[in-house]
Amino acid sequence: MFRPRPEGPGPAVAVLVEGRTVMVPAGTSAAAAVLAAGFDSIRETPVGERERGPYCMMGVCFDCLAEIDGAANRQSCMIEVRPGMRINRQQRARTINPGAG
Amino acid sequence: MTVAVELAIIGAGPAGMAAAVLADELGLDTVLIDEQGTPGGQIYRAIERAAPDTPLGADYLAGRPLAAALRASRVDYWPNTVLWHADPEGALFLATAGRTASLTARRILLATGALERPVPIPGWTLPGVMTAGAAQIVLKSSGLVPEGRVVLAGQGPLLYLVAAQLARAGARPAALFETGPLENYLAAARPVAGLWAARRMLLKGLASIAAVKRAGVPIRRGVRGLRAVGRRRLERVAWEGGELAADYLLLHEGVIPNVQIGLALQLRHEWDEAQMCWRPAVDAWGQTSLPNIAVAGDGGGISGAAAAVLTGRLAALDAALWLGRIGAAERDRRAAPIGAALDRERAVRPALDRLCRPARSVIVPADDDVIACRCEEVSVGTVRRAARLGAQGPNQIKAFTRCGMGPCQGRICGPVVAAIIAEALGKPIAEIGTWRPRAPFAPITVGALADLEAADFGPRGET
Repeated sequence: MFRPRPEGPGPAVAVLVEGRTVMVPAGTSAAAAVLAAGFDSIRETPVGERERGPYCMMGVCFDCLAEIDGAANRQSCMIEVRPGMRINRQQRARTINPGAG
Repeated sequence: MTVAVELAIIGAGPAGMAAAVLADELGLDTVLIDEQGTPGGQIYRAIERAAPDTPLGADYLAGRPLAAALRASRVDYWPNTVLWHADPEGALFLATAGRTASLTARRILLATGALERPVPIPGWTLPGVMTAGAAQIVLKSSGLVPEGRVVLAGQGPLLYLVAAQLARAGARPAALFETGPLENYLAAARPVAGLWAARRMLLKGLASIAAVKRAGVPIRRGVRGLRAVGRRRLERVAWEGGELAADYLLLHEGVIPNVQIGLALQLRHEWDEAQMCWRPAVDAWGQTSLPNIAVAGDGGGISGAAAAVLTGRLAALDAALWLGRIGAAERDRRAAPIGAALDRERAVRPALDRLCRPARSVIVPADDDVIACRCEEVSVGTVRRAARLGAQGPNQIKAFTRCGMGPCQGRICGPVVAAIIAEALGKPIAEIGTWRPRAPFAPITVGALADLEAADFGPRGET
């Protein structure tokens, strides 16, 4: 897992990762919040059904795809946390979920 | 509604920020588009929130005046905005806050920066294996550090920098493995003139290595056969002759230009043998093979942040000439000191490129079982077999194997696939070519597409 560095910015934003409340510093990406919540993997791949974690953290690799506030396949490293954001790991291919965007 | 501007700059890193500020000064109606919420790009990410005593160091703080100048300018800055289509005539299609927007620009400047070279080792898809830059991004943007036994592996200045930064941030790495071929040191030292030109950079590098040693991080040189081992996540890092229990493996083998948008626009690209990467063919002003499109910064070839600022300014001057705002004499007069500074910055590159040349095994994995395409989970062996069966280039490999057809659209596997084909066919990579990426450059919803107004589609009702 990832933890706040000593003397770094304190936890300021509460988000829900897999239903569990986690406090993270402002400016944290949703992908980093998942790592801070103690999860190693952020998704299960659609092809080989294998665990994957974020790799590049800069919007290139798409290995951090997650479900954010009900919308599947979001690039979680490119999305900053907001209070109350619900972040769930992406399980294989997305299912069509009308109305969730 | 379609907005018309004179200059649209894509990317708010050092090149994009510097170009935008100067273009604004020269009176150009300028839009700056960026995926992130705040300016800085990757190198100066979250720079506006950086504390003066940041563990990231003084070079990082050099980005502050750039961001401040941008904020003080009249540049129309669009943060949190993704460019998902650009056509060669200057129509840009954007997604921002769940909405679709479009604009037309008389001139486009691509300042899309660099990405870390893919490091396809066995096990590189395991959770817990990340790039060194990824860990640095998390440290910059949220002050979070990896916990447990962290191993850094690869080569290049960033590897040592990140190791030192993590140590300063209270997360001392367990080890640093250097994979660079030892003969690189000899190659780098060969032309004495190059060494002299590179002295400042080399001293910086040595200081960085010293900082890592001082922090008590064991350094192992000449590491070969690196592997990430584990079942559901990384458990151990193994190499020829040993292994080490590890919670995180941070890989880095240098950076390469991010050419995705330029390739989609079918700009002419060249293979850069010294830097082992594709880059757009540009002139001294960053002008590409299309008259209205220029490139600045590391997206045009790796030269670092200081050079990126300078190429951004040159491109802004050239844009002002192109748009009729200044004459050629004024452009050249203002460019002279910038060009001289750029020459000094770039003098270090030949030696640095030789020093940081990735080992052959990094470019073409020997092991057929290694994943080449992380998205579609296509192995090196599958790509190799398809090449031997007659796939002559990346675009045919795509059709044969689905490699490059996943969400990253070949951004990560592109360099790996081209190198595997080149080896299988016994041809230089330069002859193999690249993917032909297509819009959308980033995933957008059908809803966002439907959001486009008919007027966005130009006079003939098409893009």
